[in-house]
Amino acid sequence: MHAKRTIALLSLCFLASVLAFLLWNVTSANLLYHLPRRAVKLAALCMTGSAIALSTLMFQTVTANNILTPSILGLDSLYLLIQTMIVFLFGSKQLALIKRHSEYLLSVVLMVVFSLILFSLLLGKRNMGLSLVLLLGMMFGQLFGGIASFIQMLIDPNEFLTVQARLFASFNSVNTSLLFVSSLLFGGVFLVVLPNLDTLDVLSLGRDTAISLGIDYPLKSRLFLVLVAILTSVATALVGPVTFLGLLVVNLAKQMAKTYRHRLLLPVSCLLSMTSLVLGQLLIERIFQFNTPISIIINFLGGMYFLSLLISRGKA
Amino acid sequence: MITIRNAHKHYGRQTVVNNVSLSIQANSLTTLIGSNGAGKSTLLSMVGRLVDGQGEFLLEGKPISSFKPTDLAKQLSMLRQSNQVSARLTVRELVNFGRFPYSKTRLTTKDHQLVDQALSFMDLTGFADKYLDQLSGGERQRASIAMVLAQDTTYVLLDEPLNNLDMAHSVHIMKLLRRLVDEHHKTIIVVLHDINFASCYSDYIIAMKDGKLVQHGNTEQVINSERLMEIYGMHIPVAEQGGRRYCLYHL
Repeated sequence: MHAKRTIALLSLCFLASVLAFLLWNVTSANLLYHLPRRAVKLAALCMTGSAIALSTLMFQTVTANNILTPSILGLDSLYLLIQTMIVFLFGSKQLALIKRHSEYLLSVVLMVVFSLILFSLLLGKRNMGLSLVLLLGMMFGQLFGGIASFIQMLIDPNEFLTVQARLFASFNSVNTSLLFVSSLLFGGVFLVVLPNLDTLDVLSLGRDTAISLGIDYPLKSRLFLVLVAILTSVATALVGPVTFLGLLVVNLAKQMAKTYRHRLLLPVSCLLSMTSLVLGQLLIERIFQFNTPISIIINFLGGMYFLSLLISRGKA
Repeated sequence: MITIRNAHKHYGRQTVVNNVSLSIQANSLTTLIGSNGAGKSTLLSMVGRLVDGQGEFLLEGKPISSFKPTDLAKQLSMLRQSNQVSARLTVRELVNFGRFPYSKTRLTTKDHQLVDQALSFMDLTGFADKYLDQLSGGERQRASIAMVLAQDTTYVLLDEPLNNLDMAHSVHIMKLLRRLVDEHHKTIIVVLHDINFASCYSDYIIAMKDGKLVQHGNTEQVINSERLMEIYGMHIPVAEQGGRRYCLYHL
């Protein structure tokens, strides 16, 4: 019951933030100009928000670890490397010229293929175990990051600025048709996950108990990891590295909902994630005049919340 | 009946289960004994498909790997030694999961009855709505056993179920296991460290040493000083009282 009240309350917060986002400074004169643009942005915010929430929630359940995020797979760094390589090989002018679509497709495909290769180590005769695969992912992430910063040293400082702009997630220039493609992919993943929420509940009891309760663990854990990789890749290719948000909202959701049921945890974390992205974007646009990346705002506020949580717990 | 043929498992160069073959009678309570690292838990986990290794494992003549996971979970359940649950849930919610193979998370009235029964078997009715992280180690252990009981399978594998339990609860659980075999025709395999519990309650005793099967027989055959010397490498006097054998290993 507690969780349901939380969901109702969060839905109200979410609706309020959506209305504030859509209707800020809107008059009858500029309504037609503002609304469609803001609606596209809003859709991007909500979609990436729920994608990050879902992927982090699944990832934490499958790895049985509450402080991991999918960024440990090294996908963020791979994205940065891809962006850097494009600028390095073709120059920033070319980057502006090549269609956003081909770059998006290239990023998504490369990231998904990389994670599939990583996860294939879990299959086959040389079954390496989940923690070793995660460690490998982390190592590759470091490697990609290292190569990317090496190349960033080599390129022209002006071109580096172009790359740097991509180091942070941004919702300021979301391409409408890419948004549509991404929404199809996200929708597909959600459709696969929704009937499997029960399975996630059982997986949260740990591998051994899950197997004993008749879960096809090798199959299901790989399925969820692949879905995590798809969600993370698509979200990153759409708006830039955004996994920072996941750790925050999923832990907050677990704190607030006080349940293990993914049927409840999922909506709570999605609502939290979407609300914080929408509010963060609102702050950026109206107060900071587009001068601050959204990740800084969310990490700042989220960090403050976590600190206050730790301090208040220490006192109790 | 559970049949194990040529079970073999090694980690790197270290062999933990070395070519073990045995059959376990249906409708019996079988105890696995042996020193630490003898391979008891690994062997049990291989039957419970938690650890993969070489060899054939048959449940009523059918290879265990050929069962659909959900179907197998209705016939065979397993409790492992450490049952750390990171998710925040209450005792009742944990025990409810025992019904997952049958009803997923939509429990029927019959499911709830079985859960209540398992809770009262494990003396947990008063704790049902407490969170697992508020309980003592022994209470958590009982909650895990209750989940396995709620699963209500014909074959039950328990790896050191008496861990963390006081004497009263240990005796209570052993009596319950006996009753499950005698009255509900279950087949139970249990790893125990206290050989007196093994001696007093089991139909058959399997002893392992260094990954190998060294003894398999009924209590009279296994519980005597000569055999125990082979198994544990120490002299253990055996006393008889009221038709039962007790190992005096504390001296």
